[in-house]
Amino acid sequence: MTSALTETARGPSAPRAGGGASRRAKRSATGRVSPLILVFVFVPFAVEAVWVFWPAVQGFWLALTNWDGLSAPTFVGFGNFSDMASDPIFRTALKNTAIWLVLFGGLSVIGGFGMALLLQRERRGVGIYRAALFTPVVFSLVVTALIWRVFYQPDGLVDTILRTIGLGDFVQPWLADPDTALYAVIVPALWRQIGYVMVLYLAGLKAVDPALYEAAKVDGASAWQRTLYVTIPQLKGVNSVVLSVIVIDSLRSFDIVWSMTKGGPYHSSELLSTYMYSTAFQSTQLGYASALAVVIFLLALAVILGYLIRAFREET
Amino acid sequence: MNRLKTSGYHLAMGLVSFLWVAPILWVIVISFRSFDDVAANGLGSLPHSFTFSTYKSAWEDADEFRALVNSLVVTIPAVILSLGLASIAAYGLARYSIPFRRTVLLLMLMGNLLPPQILLIPISRFVELIGYYDTLIALIAVHVGFGLGFYTFVLHGFMRDLPREIQEAATIDGAGPGKIYASVILPLTRPAMAALGALSFTWIFNDLLWSITVIRSGEKMPVTPALLGLQGLFVSSWNVIAAGTVIAAIPTVAVFLRFQKHFVGGLAIGAVK
Repeated sequence: MTSALTETARGPSAPRAGGGASRRAKRSATGRVSPLILVFVFVPFAVEAVWVFWPAVQGFWLALTNWDGLSAPTFVGFGNFSDMASDPIFRTALKNTAIWLVLFGGLSVIGGFGMALLLQRERRGVGIYRAALFTPVVFSLVVTALIWRVFYQPDGLVDTILRTIGLGDFVQPWLADPDTALYAVIVPALWRQIGYVMVLYLAGLKAVDPALYEAAKVDGASAWQRTLYVTIPQLKGVNSVVLSVIVIDSLRSFDIVWSMTKGGPYHSSELLSTYMYSTAFQSTQLGYASALAVVIFLLALAVILGYLIRAFREET
Repeated sequence: MNRLKTSGYHLAMGLVSFLWVAPILWVIVISFRSFDDVAANGLGSLPHSFTFSTYKSAWEDADEFRALVNSLVVTIPAVILSLGLASIAAYGLARYSIPFRRTVLLLMLMGNLLPPQILLIPISRFVELIGYYDTLIALIAVHVGFGLGFYTFVLHGFMRDLPREIQEAATIDGAGPGKIYASVILPLTRPAMAALGALSFTWIFNDLLWSITVIRSGEKMPVTPALLGLQGLFVSSWNVIAAGTVIAAIPTVAVFLRFQKHFVGGLAIGAVK
């Protein structure tokens, strides 16, 4: 469930105006609460409490300790966090996570939105184009990683193509060179994410009232103006969903980097998530790794809160 | 002019689409090439051979068959359990005025929004403590626990919008809450359940992080993490790795093709507001 898809469809399902839905909610939820209903709610809640809430509390506590997993954890306060300041790998991972957020996040929104605009009108062939762009979304990130590793191999297709078009000088060990590794991983991640963002925007575009376009057209707005002044403002809801999904996904991104480079070479493609994993399970510094996880959480916090507030509003 | 524009559009989109699927096609082509061919001509060349032996290697020598079985043993119960639990919770929260129901719902959603990294160490310790480290049961439990919040939230949205009258009618007919859930609400939620079912199948099947966190032995690994092991086993035998990759991708592609409409519909849940 850690794939980029995981967080895809978060959000209230009802494509209705808030007012109508809430009135209905008040009306429909009037059944008398029987013990069975309490069990219905309590059991799933308890399952999540055991597997999520309680571990999360422990995770936050462990971040304040030093722990090798064998002896008992010792409390060090915010020591782990001050250690980060002088940890060059942490700084690289933080910088790479920021690059990842901007490039992976930004380009997938631009690419996905652009493709959705190009493919929104139902016409001949559009179904095939959409399917082609969407296909990678179905694959796991590990499958995606392996497909592209085959590609990047020395004498693989990338190199062969570069040589054929006379750019042989650019041929290099893409994933083994610290200067290119991070970007060589972002490309496949984008390949998979763009189709997904496109689907989100296609759904959003479908919900835009066609009368608005007609009105703008009658008023003499060009296609470009219609996109800028009708489509984009109408997509505000989708934009905020896409933004939350992208930020949370970027911060969680792990699979693709782990399967392609494991954060290497020399930590050049390290993200906070991969650094956290290797710190926890390879060098077993469990306290420090927990602190890294807390940093990931704090970076995602604003977006998580924004998402919850929106969800909360929908429910009222 | 217009015709020129149309053919330009199709030319450009056709090219983009082709480039998009080209990596997949290329890997499929490589998966059918023999060792000698790859060694002699390189991975970048057109195929000079055709063989199924790569698939045999991946299936038998690398034991991808067992990995696939592991994946299904984890994925199918995990999907059923999470949707079952999520639907009863959503039913209670959406149709009955339970105290603090909004808080409960948002707390559950919040759990799913947490970065999994914060849970990795405590969960690996916890499954060790209860003696389930390195078991598929632990993996099922983790997937169910972590996914629940989101599924509950989505299903709650659907159930909330069902008209009250049907529930009242069933109550007048003497149906209890359990009966109303099973024979009235659940059937009406089928489209949402199908969408979430298709989505959660791919999510759980495609998982890497939880698998490598709670499972250690190679013979218990589901196919997604096992693929990474394949790289170590067949160092630079990229044709076998390609075959293994194709095998690992087949189940999710099959689910996607079978439930295409639900799948895309599920992805779009939440985008339209």
